[in-house]
Amino acid sequence: MSILQVQNVNKSFSGLRALNNVNLTVEEGHVHAIIGPNGAGKSTLLNCFVGRLTPDTGTVTFNGTSLVGKSPHEINQVGVARVFQTPEIFGDLTLLENVMIPTLAKRDGAFALNAWARVDGERAVIEKAEHLLEDVGLADKRDVLANSLSRGDKRRLELAMCLVQDPKLLLLDEPTAGMSRADTNATIDLLKRIGERGITKIVIEHDMHVVFSLAHKISVLAQGTVIAEGKPDDIKGDPRVQEAYLGGAHL
Amino acid sequence: MQDNTPRNDLILFACFSIAVLAMPLWTAPFGADYPDLLQKFAIYGIFAIGFNILFGLTGYLSFGHAAFLGVGSYTAVWAFKLLTMNVLPAVLFGVIFAGIFAAAIGFLSLRRTGIYFSILTLAFAQMSYNLAYSVLTPLTNGETGLQLRGTDPRLLDSLLGVATPDGLPSPNLFGFELLGYPSFYFCAVMLIIAFYLALRITRSPFGTMLRAIKSNQNRLSYTGVNTRPYAMAAFVISGMYAGLAGSLLAVTDPLAGAERMQWTASGEVVLMTILGGAGTMLGPILGAGIIKYFENIFSAFNDATLHSIFGFLPHWLSDPLVAVLGLFVGDGWQLTLGALFMVIVIFLPGGLMEGATRLIQLTRRKRPDGGSSEDAAGSRRAFHAGE
Ligand SMILES: Nc1ncnc2c1ncn2[C@@H]1O[C@H](COP(=O)(O)OP(=O)(O)OP(=O)(O)O)[C@@H](O)[C@H]1O
Ligand SMILES: [Mg+2]
Repeated sequence: MSILQVQNVNKSFSGLRALNNVNLTVEEGHVHAIIGPNGAGKSTLLNCFVGRLTPDTGTVTFNGTSLVGKSPHEINQVGVARVFQTPEIFGDLTLLENVMIPTLAKRDGAFALNAWARVDGERAVIEKAEHLLEDVGLADKRDVLANSLSRGDKRRLELAMCLVQDPKLLLLDEPTAGMSRADTNATIDLLKRIGERGITKIVIEHDMHVVFSLAHKISVLAQGTVIAEGKPDDIKGDPRVQEAYLGGAHL
Repeated sequence: MQDNTPRNDLILFACFSIAVLAMPLWTAPFGADYPDLLQKFAIYGIFAIGFNILFGLTGYLSFGHAAFLGVGSYTAVWAFKLLTMNVLPAVLFGVIFAGIFAAAIGFLSLRRTGIYFSILTLAFAQMSYNLAYSVLTPLTNGETGLQLRGTDPRLLDSLLGVATPDGLPSPNLFGFELLGYPSFYFCAVMLIIAFYLALRITRSPFGTMLRAIKSNQNRLSYTGVNTRPYAMAAFVISGMYAGLAGSLLAVTDPLAGAERMQWTASGEVVLMTILGGAGTMLGPILGAGIIKYFENIFSAFNDATLHSIFGFLPHWLSDPLVAVLGLFVGDGWQLTLGALFMVIVIFLPGGLMEGATRLIQLTRRKRPDGGSSEDAAGSRRAFHAGE
């Protein structure tokens, strides 16, 4: 069963065709990788899913409801979470607060005038957030301000902020960029583990090692067009892909 | 987060309450122990606490908060004129009307962020100021200002058969006249209540969301939070605080003029908050106190006072000294304030509270067996939630 359907999506930036008739179907429970050279339109495509951009034409349907025209918080509330290419975190708040905020947003909805309770009395929320920090290996930095983290750690924090919401669909824009080999492997393990929880994932990744060890299905994007789609093994052998992308990259 | 335990907050609140109620005692050495000035400390403290809920927590910098102060004052004087000289309805209606007014201005201004938001609030406040002088004169009595009259109806008072004294009545709390120290203590109790509410808001999940807006509004919306109503709620709450302060100004002196809504008054509360430390619990109140102190004490200094202070010096030394210092007192007190503000912003961007925290850490570090790792963690957290 498919959880996300993208049909004939087009997006131009003052003449530049960033997305050209993109069609995509993501199966529930799958890891769907999107690969392609720099500037292919991968991030732009995710922007069209989460409400940062509105497609010029075309439809994006998630679990039967259209995401086009919805605002970012509404899209998150129906179960879509995203890790950004450049980490988006709450830099001057502690790691614990960073993870508590999405937990509260999931529990209380888009707005709640919860001004009398004490935030440090929210035991269940704190425990859940601590648990997630442990999962991504940041438990010991619980009370540190997020700004002081390394780039790789910021990305893992952002991952924890998304995972704590138990999203139905998780969008990952280069989740291992800036990480050491060891950290990358740890993140792959983590993503595999959460795969067992049945979260559908769309992963944008330049690291082919990550792509081929995670993905059920791969779409190759070049200059805003999907040029190939299929299982990892098919993609590896596809000459068009070799030419457009893999030829110039490390396989 | 261990710094802000319920127990520490209780201690903070208790110390704050005692300090406020004992103000007449400890302000005496500074020559500030007269009710007129003390109640100004309390009132502008409330104004700054409220402003800090918006600016300190969400980062939205309003340049129009004096408008809500003005609405609070006008409403309170109208309550005195139409209903009763009892201060409670005046304060209540002052807060409510300022809140409604803030909701309207916030609804329009919060469509933008950053500098555009600031300019919008400034524009709306200046509009209100000009309206008070022109179209709205039936409500505001224009340049003369809104005053009590012997012929005011005071419906509730006459209904309840409260005796009207000869001349103008003074504000009272169920018959107890609020003049001099009683009036200060009424403002002081209001300040304590205002502080307690702000403390609860800051420590609540709602307060955490407000700080998240300041930190990264984008991330917050991709996290499923609708940031607009949060900012709106903060704006209205801080408008209500301003309304409370405005109505208390009318309680201490039942007169309302439009100059209270001028942009300089809006700018003043920004200075108070930044001077003391935006985002901290005590900073804005400290800033308000210092600015009101300068305004009242330094502006009263003149060359004669300076001469008597430096009388022990020979004339050739004291005359030029007085001539230079004379620029910074009297009408020039704002020069002193400006200089102080520059020094603070350049060297202590976190305001006076940052200075205080640094001092405390310095003394702690000097202790040989002080837990230094704990200190380091503390410094990293020092400013995110106030102390
Ligand atoms: N907001 C924008 N305004 C104008 N042009 C944009 C905007 N966002 C993206 N583009 C352009 O659209 C094209 C696709 O960009 P996009 O960021 O989607 O690429 P990408 O596949 O994510 O690349 P990378 O691998 O470098 O992240 C690029 O040419 C980019 O310059
Ligand atoms: Mg990208």
